[in-house]
Amino acid sequence: MNRAKINRLKDKAFKYFGIFASVIGIVILAIFIGFVIYMGIQRLSWDFMVELPSRFAENSGIYTAWMGTVWIMVFTTLISFPLGVGAGIYLEEYGKKNRWSSFLEINISNLASVPSIIYGLLGLGVFVRMMQMGNSILAGALTLSLLILPIIIVSTREAIKAVPSSIRDASNALGASKWQTIWHQVLPASFGGILTGVILALSRAIGETAPLIVVGALVYVPFAPQSPLDEFTVLPVQIYNWVSRPQEEFVINAAAAIIVLLGITFIMNGIAVYFRNKWQNKMQW
Amino acid sequence: MVKKIFALFLFSGVFLYSCGSGGSQNEIKIDGSGTVYPITEAVAEEFRKIEPNIRVSVGSSGSGAGFKKFVRGETDISNSSRKISEEEKALAEENGIEYQQFSIALDGISIVAHPDNDWVKTLTPEELNEIWKADSEVQQWSDIREGWPDEDIRLYGPNTAHGTYDFFTETINGESGASRTDYNAVADYNVAVQGISSDKYSLGYFGLAYYEENADQLKLIGIDTGEGVVEPSLETVKDGSYKPLSRSLYIYVTKKAAQRSAVQKFVEFYFDNAGELAKDVGYVPMPEEDYEEQKSAFHSFAFDTLEAN
Repeated sequence: MNRAKINRLKDKAFKYFGIFASVIGIVILAIFIGFVIYMGIQRLSWDFMVELPSRFAENSGIYTAWMGTVWIMVFTTLISFPLGVGAGIYLEEYGKKNRWSSFLEINISNLASVPSIIYGLLGLGVFVRMMQMGNSILAGALTLSLLILPIIIVSTREAIKAVPSSIRDASNALGASKWQTIWHQVLPASFGGILTGVILALSRAIGETAPLIVVGALVYVPFAPQSPLDEFTVLPVQIYNWVSRPQEEFVINAAAAIIVLLGITFIMNGIAVYFRNKWQNKMQW
Repeated sequence: MVKKIFALFLFSGVFLYSCGSGGSQNEIKIDGSGTVYPITEAVAEEFRKIEPNIRVSVGSSGSGAGFKKFVRGETDISNSSRKISEEEKALAEENGIEYQQFSIALDGISIVAHPDNDWVKTLTPEELNEIWKADSEVQQWSDIREGWPDEDIRLYGPNTAHGTYDFFTETINGESGASRTDYNAVADYNVAVQGISSDKYSLGYFGLAYYEENADQLKLIGIDTGEGVVEPSLETVKDGSYKPLSRSLYIYVTKKAAQRSAVQKFVEFYFDNAGELAKDVGYVPMPEEDYEEQKSAFHSFAFDTLEAN
């Protein structure tokens, strides 16, 4: 075997490894989704969506759980989006590159790897008890916002960094102020990327159980929330509770609830992809 | 477009923050034991049918976590699968929370092994203590009794968050929380069921309901107290012959909550129906007269309060 042959062999080997690496994620996801759908699809019905939890698995529903999830997600978005994007813009456009800013940067990255239950304990101490919010939707949403802020900040910065500096120079050269440049040029150009980051972060938040249990998400809540200060339950907490029941039928309920949770995540991602594409087609220099 | 979206986020945030709602007389907040949760959930479900305006919410954060909130006055009723501890009592006193304990159902803790395990029929409380005590030297089945296999024993049990763990360690090892730590400590009992049913040399303990739902995958082990061997079942737990691993399940009610008519209605409804509902979710009802007794105890607890005022 000569050298060229060996190199070609290496090339092939790497190619197959690459295929394997790309496919494995999809295969695992497919097995997981297939299994969950196989188990849970029988329980999915309109009644399941509009009923309350019950001691009889077949009468149980997830109405308050998915309503709680939607409320929590709306508030988490409202809180984390402006804060995260604001911080990202500041750090990238206004912040001077000095020791202070690199100190901030390291700490934001570190925050992204703090276990989520720690955020739950922080939320319990600060929002639930100190700020007297009780185990409310607002306290839960603030806690989840803290959890995903680092991800939003980092992805906002990456998206802004990707905007060519020639755009900024051109805008400045025409006499635009810094804010005008950011608002009319940088943000529109990077908005697709920012949105992707925000949605990825929210997709993480929607599946969180531990911090919400610590903050005080309940399991049996017989009413849909009417205000951000109401008590709540969310889908992952309901799923967790059902999975730990002794009766097999509750596990089937859990599978059906997982399908709904996956559905909500897919819809959210779909909206994001739609906005991003719309955005990217519009931006042309 | 971008402007609109940004503006929408900012405005709706400010708007939604400014609206809110206060607590109401018709809310009952319950949290605590995951073991008791299914019973309270069932009671709340039935109660809602006759009193749709009383909003009962139930959490399932564990006996200990439930008491943490209860002694701060954050909940009205706390579910528990064990009695309140001295530290928790002290905290309640510090915060001026008066309360009373009520029994609502019975539960047995089952000792289980793999169905192919043909050597264990019974265990004595002393042997259980040998196996589970803090400095246990039991590593193989043969360490428990002569003639049992020279195979490593693999142990399953609840983790420290469970009231079941507190009760078992107190009953078997003499001190709540005194246990060997090199066992598979599970948060979710179904994990223990799976582990034991797939490992011939395993042994574990958990609430009777989990055995009964998985009876075909597990082997129940009788307890030999020297006065005969008893296996846990609805009957042996109810008549008290399954010793020492039978226990009461409790709810704790604060005095402040007991003054409210919504809570009074709910708790009375609880005692009237807990027996039937406990059976539905896999627990053992107390004898009928015990429910009457608990009910009148609650009456005097609530009534005293009114008189004192």
